[in-house]
Amino acid sequence: MKKVKVLVITGYGINCEEELAAAYKLAGAESKIVHLNDIFLEKESIHEYDILNFPGGFSFGDDLGSGKVLANKMKYKKMESGKTFLEEIKKFLDDGKFILGICNGFQFLVKMGLLPNTNGKFEQEVTLTRNNSAKYEDRWVHLKKNPNCETPFLKDIDIMPCPVRHGEGKLIIKDEEIKTNILDNNLNVFSYCDADGNITSEYPQNPNGADLDCAALTDPTGQILGMMPHPEAFLSLYNHPNWGQLKRQNPEISEDGEGLKIFRNIVEYITTERTENTE
Amino acid sequence: MDMGTGENEINGENLKNQIQLVLKENINDVLGEKIEKNAASFLKIKTGKIKTGKVFNITYDLSKENIRKFANLGLKDEIINDVYINSFYNDPFYKSFVLVAKQPGVTDDEGISAQKTLIDILDLKLDTKTQHIYTEDIYLFENELDENILKELAEELLGNKLIHHFEYGRFNGKIDYIPEVRIGKNYKSETIDLNISDDNLLKISKDRLLSLNLKEMKAIQTYFADEKIIENRMKNNLSEMPTNCEMEVLAQTWSEHCKHKEFAAKIHYKNLENGEEETIDSLFKTYIRKSTEIVRERLKNVGNNWLLKIFTDNAGVVKINDKSIFVWKVETHNSPSAIDPYGGAITGILGNNRDPLGTGIGGGKLLFNTNVLCFGTPNYDKELLPGQLHPKRIFEGVRHGIEDGGNKSGVPTVNGSIIFDDRYSGKPLVYCGTGGVMPYQFNGVNSWLKPIDDGDLIIMAGGRVGKDGIHGATFSSAEIDENSPQSAVQIGSPITQKLLSDFMQEAVKKGLIKSSTDNGAGGLSSSVGELAEITGGAVVNLEKVPLKYANLKPWEIYVSESQERMTFVVEEDKKEPLFQLAKEREVELSDIGKFTSTGFIDVRYDDKKVAYLDMKFLHEGVPKKIMEAEWKKSELNEPEISSNLDYNEILIKLMGSDNICSRENVIRQYDHEVKGKTIIKPLMGENGKSPQDAAVMRLNFDSFEGIAISNGICPKYGDINAYEMSAGAFDEAIRQIISVGGKLPNINDKTNRFWTVNDNFCVPDSAFDPVINPDGKLKLAKLVQMNKALFDMSVFYNIPMTSGKDSMKNDFKSGDIKISVPPTILYSMVAKIDDVRKTVTSNFKADGDMIYILGETYDELGASEFYKLFDKLGANVPKVRKEDTKELYKKVMKANDLALIESCHDLSDGGLGVAVCESAIGTEFGVELDVSDFKDLNLNAILFSESHSRFAVSIQPENKKDFERLFKDDCIFIGEVTSEKKMKIIRNNDKVIDIEIDKLQRAWDEGLK
Repeated sequence: MKKVKVLVITGYGINCEEELAAAYKLAGAESKIVHLNDIFLEKESIHEYDILNFPGGFSFGDDLGSGKVLANKMKYKKMESGKTFLEEIKKFLDDGKFILGICNGFQFLVKMGLLPNTNGKFEQEVTLTRNNSAKYEDRWVHLKKNPNCETPFLKDIDIMPCPVRHGEGKLIIKDEEIKTNILDNNLNVFSYCDADGNITSEYPQNPNGADLDCAALTDPTGQILGMMPHPEAFLSLYNHPNWGQLKRQNPEISEDGEGLKIFRNIVEYITTERTENTE
Repeated sequence: MDMGTGENEINGENLKNQIQLVLKENINDVLGEKIEKNAASFLKIKTGKIKTGKVFNITYDLSKENIRKFANLGLKDEIINDVYINSFYNDPFYKSFVLVAKQPGVTDDEGISAQKTLIDILDLKLDTKTQHIYTEDIYLFENELDENILKELAEELLGNKLIHHFEYGRFNGKIDYIPEVRIGKNYKSETIDLNISDDNLLKISKDRLLSLNLKEMKAIQTYFADEKIIENRMKNNLSEMPTNCEMEVLAQTWSEHCKHKEFAAKIHYKNLENGEEETIDSLFKTYIRKSTEIVRERLKNVGNNWLLKIFTDNAGVVKINDKSIFVWKVETHNSPSAIDPYGGAITGILGNNRDPLGTGIGGGKLLFNTNVLCFGTPNYDKELLPGQLHPKRIFEGVRHGIEDGGNKSGVPTVNGSIIFDDRYSGKPLVYCGTGGVMPYQFNGVNSWLKPIDDGDLIIMAGGRVGKDGIHGATFSSAEIDENSPQSAVQIGSPITQKLLSDFMQEAVKKGLIKSSTDNGAGGLSSSVGELAEITGGAVVNLEKVPLKYANLKPWEIYVSESQERMTFVVEEDKKEPLFQLAKEREVELSDIGKFTSTGFIDVRYDDKKVAYLDMKFLHEGVPKKIMEAEWKKSELNEPEISSNLDYNEILIKLMGSDNICSRENVIRQYDHEVKGKTIIKPLMGENGKSPQDAAVMRLNFDSFEGIAISNGICPKYGDINAYEMSAGAFDEAIRQIISVGGKLPNINDKTNRFWTVNDNFCVPDSAFDPVINPDGKLKLAKLVQMNKALFDMSVFYNIPMTSGKDSMKNDFKSGDIKISVPPTILYSMVAKIDDVRKTVTSNFKADGDMIYILGETYDELGASEFYKLFDKLGANVPKVRKEDTKELYKKVMKANDLALIESCHDLSDGGLGVAVCESAIGTEFGVELDVSDFKDLNLNAILFSESHSRFAVSIQPENKKDFERLFKDDCIFIGEVTSEKKMKIIRNNDKVIDIEIDKLQRAWDEGLK
């Protein structure tokens, strides 16, 4: 059976590409890291892949606001053959494929208008901006999954610990109508919560003061997931800040990190779909 | 909302368009709120509400439609921004303003990114290599503030007058200033007559800021008087006397920074205590290199070869396994951080990153950063001297520089330390370390080698060249006018360097780069000069070097320290594919010359020779320094302090003291886990509060092989004994690694269990001068002793120095006042860890666990944090007893092999009391201790002695027998981990401490707030 093929974009200040590629490998997929410009030069095509990934980092140093310069490039810059990246992405989605953006990747997806895309017009409906603390922070938080959300990325997840590492992670929604749409369609798939799963706007459990305490969004199709926290930084139990005590409390605890689940979910989903289709 | 195209008349010759972004009224201006808060707390200024804005000044000629498109599509975030085109937000609600612009020549990354996005959006062919968009920050204040208040806000909070241009007052809706660089073309080749008196030689050195002493000037005089040299110069159409470029190259190459003249000096050392005298021919050769050579010899004798490269490249290299090698370097960036803390720190980090990147063939992958910082105390209340910045401001600026330097490069900052002492209030110490990994070979060539052949091309890569850093901070103010590029302080550009380092990794893998080095201090002169030593010469064509702005003089191009540049060695036939790849990765390359074997460094501008120097003279001609050192012990006594104190109160004070309290606020602003490989982070435990001893990282995702990273630094003990201070710092770095589960080196171990140290000396001016430095001999004697300790420890443990650095003039002078740092040594260590899953963290794991102190406690409160509470120094400095210690460390290693230890924390500042408390912080536990078993010691020493080589460990009760059998007399049982969150200590049935952990934690958390 053909392995699921994963494309991880890099270049221009993106810096979490290696752990993201490793995450998919651990989940059983085949992943390749490709410089964004090689796609513009059409040396690589996104259509050869099943999942397209925009990792975290500081694309263009976060100048002009996180993800903004990258989003401009994707929307307006022409590829060798005259297409824009956005057009390529629309085709990719039409083919039923999946996109994941983490941290800077999420910021970029939002500024591209790919998330939450409630009206299907690929217009910017929300933004991710400066945390209420006005600080960049690296800290572990808990995420509560919206039980009604349907994206295959988050199957069988309830509460997930994960690090956030950002200065511009506060979600602001353009207007009430979009907010209602997000809520009605359960597009706010992860919310910041305390260790017991109670959703909270209290700092630091909620590290940035986001609207709806929201940490992650999908589009109405569930094909695109964007999240501020970094599941690819929790591939191993030993990434957890309290691994020593967790192991003491439960010597049989799995050595896999909980973040790995997201990658396994999507790889498994595509594999199963494929099996069903071939049957 | 698009505010339309205003009709502002734009001044300034080239300014064509202006765009301003502000936040919409319904969006919280969190930056404004933060500034309002900081203005009130730091400067006691009430600003009222603050509105922040970003201004883009554009010198491109763009149509109205294009400018509107650029503003609305390219710059505006439509959810939160209003945009103004050729007009500015100006609400009368705000009654004063400050505009912060950059000075000419200061890095403007936002401007560069704006240019890039403009090209993407408008699809125009415009020059993006030089600056056409200048960004500025505008702050509008609700309150009507006087000019002097606004000036204070501008200079003390919003910017730095060395790099920023400020405008303030009441905003009139216009902004005219743009920091364009314009330099007149006034270069004529100049020669310098050296047939002059000694006094005049010195005058030349002084006037031209060459920093060469008379002996050095005379050596140059002698070289240029040599008939053979003259004959050769005539043949090559050069003047008999040196050109200004040649003088600059010599001054740069012979600078203390590049030649380490004091570590190479001949030192007459007198010990007045025992009457012994000796002559030390180079501290570096005698102690640092020698100890490492001894270790290397021992390794070689048993057929072990993990020590791959020492002292000869940008960073030292050790072997991890047959597939990969570890490269690392620690540097300091003190002086720049004193005048511009943000710029100093960020260029320090990025510069340090380039060392592992430019080692061997180059193109390594950076794995981590570490930072050790020494500042004046945050509550420093002495009057500031002219040019001196408040320690708090230096602290915040440096912290911010480290944040941007590390985070934006995607390199985790995994380890560090901050030390406060008012002797660092003039010059802070900013140590930056970077480790990286390279494959063992690139295309069949060992990656740490630096092959260069006659005829190979010299390719410069990365940022463009400006006047940056020429003559460092001493750049003459007489030469500066309003359009001169600001050159003393530099701001790093992490994004430029990230593109460059990504590109290098790709190019090296493809075999397009033969060798590389970084351009740091001394610029091309240094990088090309050092590489040219390998082939024996080079020809450089300076007119081919791309510039940030026109009309730099040839010598300025050659010695400029503009950042984010590397120099590559490239074979002719690889040039084309290399340039092609660079174009695709948006990295600028230029072919600036060739390596030769002529024996001469041959620098040209438009084919005219501007420097032509014998390589041998250039690199070996500097005369040796001769220095005097004299050791005399100072009379010190132990203070009388009662053992009947309120120890609850003492412990609260200690936990909240500057040098012990939590660094969480700082640590959280550094990304310490990008790359997903950090296993022991600076803070661990359920709540991410518990401080750890050393960082641990795994090296890749398919094995659990890893490294531990530590730092040893304890300058305070040097006030009593410099030897013990240095030995103690060395021990501290070792014991932190042992604490997390590392293993001492074993010469016979064939598993490449490497240890590698960077030694970094930062000392005050130690050259004796009866007038300006009367205690120079004593300072130098301390430096000698620090080196002796380094040698003794290194050879005893078989731990080699693979790289290091010395910074010799850490004095801040203003008029007659001098603030000198205490002699300081940092040992940064990395050791291999076989399996990161078996490492040990410092926080308690379960109630009922038994707590022990490992290692002997002595009455050693000298220079302790406890004595500091009473403003005493004392005399009993902690001593390293390395023979006993090694045996103890071996037992800890054995205990970890048997998985006997649940938590381990080394004892340092604040001794037992603080260490045990730190192990409880952030957990759900407390402790109940009985310290009666420390029989011959007084209570103060038991609780707070800072004797080295000790640990507080906890174990499961079921392991008691095995544990005690192993440690025997080296462990003292002191009590248990309890479920009650209290710290309780008794001695001989008397209650000593009984206090809630939460109280202690609060003091600890709030120490720096």
